Amino acid sequence: MADKSSSTAYWAANKRIIFISLVIWALCSIGFGIVLRPLLSGIPIGGTDLGFWFAQQGSILVFIALIFNYARFMNKLDAEYGVDEQ
Amino acid sequence: MDQYTLNLIVVGASFVLYVAIAIWARAGSTAEFYAANQGVHPVLNGMATAADWMSAASFISMAGLVAFAGYVNSSYLMGWTGGYVLLALLLAPYLRKFGKFTVPQFIGDRFYSQGARLVAVLCLIIISVTYVIGQMTGAGVAFSRFLEVDVSTGLFIASAVVFVYAVLGGMKGITYTQVAQYCVLIVAYTIPAVFISLQLTGNPVPPLGLFSTHTESGQPLLATLDQIVTDLGFTDYTGLHSSMLNMVLFTISLMVGTAGLPHVIIRFFTVPKVADARWSAGWALVFIALLYLTAPAVGAMARLNIMTTLYPNGATEEPIEYEARPDWMRTWEQTGLLRFDDRNGDGRIQLYNDANPAFAQEAEARGWAGSELTINNDILVLANPEIAQLPGWVIALIAAGGLAAALSTAAGLLLAISSAVSHDLIKSYINPRISERGELLAARISMAGAIVVATYLGLNPPGFAAQVVALAFGLAAATLFPVLMMGIFSKRINSAGAITGMLVGLVATLLYIFTYLGWFFVPGTNMLPNTADNWLFGISPLSFGTIGALLNFGVAYIVSSVTAEPPQEVQELVESIRVPRGAGAATHH
Repeated sequence: MADKSSSTAYWAANKRIIFISLVIWALCSIGFGIVLRPLLSGIPIGGTDLGFWFAQQGSILVFIALIFNYARFMNKLDAEYGVDEQ
Repeated sequence: MDQYTLNLIVVGASFVLYVAIAIWARAGSTAEFYAANQGVHPVLNGMATAADWMSAASFISMAGLVAFAGYVNSSYLMGWTGGYVLLALLLAPYLRKFGKFTVPQFIGDRFYSQGARLVAVLCLIIISVTYVIGQMTGAGVAFSRFLEVDVSTGLFIASAVVFVYAVLGGMKGITYTQVAQYCVLIVAYTIPAVFISLQLTGNPVPPLGLFSTHTESGQPLLATLDQIVTDLGFTDYTGLHSSMLNMVLFTISLMVGTAGLPHVIIRFFTVPKVADARWSAGWALVFIALLYLTAPAVGAMARLNIMTTLYPNGATEEPIEYEARPDWMRTWEQTGLLRFDDRNGDGRIQLYNDANPAFAQEAEARGWAGSELTINNDILVLANPEIAQLPGWVIALIAAGGLAAALSTAAGLLLAISSAVSHDLIKSYINPRISERGELLAARISMAGAIVVATYLGLNPPGFAAQVVALAFGLAAATLFPVLMMGIFSKRINSAGAITGMLVGLVATLLYIFTYLGWFFVPGTNMLPNTADNWLFGISPLSFGTIGALLNFGVAYIVSSVTAEPPQEVQELVESIRVPRGAGAATHH
């Protein structure tokens, strides 16, 4: 940890990506899968609508993408701020 | 070779493999016993976490739950996977950086309070013991079906196998055994699904098959399914038929509960680095998703298969005669999990929704006197290879897969219990000067004790399998997850806040569940009937974990802001776990 200000900036950057990731997380599961499903009912997919696909498959695929994206982003951020493990 | 011999060979071979791995990876130190010496590669750790996580419920029950309720039970799919995002972003890297062995230890150190640690141990034991009972019972049932022994004998075999590899191997043995178990269970789950998908849609990938065209009818598979079930008075498969609020809260409860389960969290103590803890959660979800993406396809296809088997000429024509039923129905009738009762005496199998008043008139006009076939949700996955007429070795493989799922989860839970007892109770409370050998012995004895308790409760099941799972998730969501998250993301939450938060979450969730399901689940002691009309704001006891978690967050925040802030060294501890640098191997103190 170089100094106080860089540690604050590192933590702020971490919180920002967590916030963005969790918004996408909620939108693709609770959102598209349940609450917003009526809005997506016009988009047909395999005998049903897009909301059903999000509830049974899409959300899970988005979750995987979110975790790998976070891991990649944070491991780069660690190196930038010099707080990675040696 | 008959089916019984084949089952013996396949299941026996898989057990020899697990025990051999446990002996090869025998733990010598407490670091190896609790955390596998932090030497497990993230991909392997992800695979072991996936096996640890996917229990008898995921392997045997989930596809059936989705099949018979349809869209509404997508909650299980989203809830049991979405929790990994919370785990990867909010808990895993920081707890790995903290570098200790157990969840209560983090809570005790972060909130500088033995009281907080004790409350955490209490929550952990309630969560893990209730969960382990279900695994032992599931393993017992699977043994009895496939080895043709009675359920008690099946349970004793399961206990003996878990005892050998969990007690001897510790985390190191368990981790490598779970890798093998993952391979067995995913192969067993996927093979029948691929064949069924090919038969129904011509697409060899089940998740794609789910949204493909049904070869026989030329319509999309889900549209065909919706049509046939609504023709028989059931609600359509893809529609929402419960309160939306309740579905949302249930999903969140499962997500937060998943992230708060101690036996899942401790997996992330076993990776070498903080960066690996992040990757590890991703890999775990990849391996879990292989099963979770297949499960809804298995559910929908099995339901369609059953319907078209019974009504080969469509729902408007008469169903098949009982004498002409397929072989798999004959086999499963013997277990009592599938039952036929010819209510109108016409020798045909009428399966329809006799609880739907709108359909009653049509049923009467057709001379039907009630639905005649009862199918237990849990046989769907186990009967799948027989429904698809696959060879005997696939049936044997399903048996081995179901057992792998139940036993790997049981082992992970037992490890979480034994480390809480020996490390958080005995070493920190009763005898702090205990030697490493002594602690290892205490861990093994408490694990053996937990197996005995679980076997006893498995033999005398209190008859509340589904309810105890609700309790485990509700409590994990309402107690452990909020304090862990606040412990990392807020420096201001102090010991008074954390303890009251956990206790309020614990008590509120327990009270709400007991109100509807009976005090300590004793039937008849519930104060209100467990129906949607009586639920507070329509929130089911299964979904209450979300409310419990919110109460925990709220109370902890309010109590902390009116009491003194945490000491300087605790605030420095929080600073230090937020950055990866300096994460060494896990230590005792």
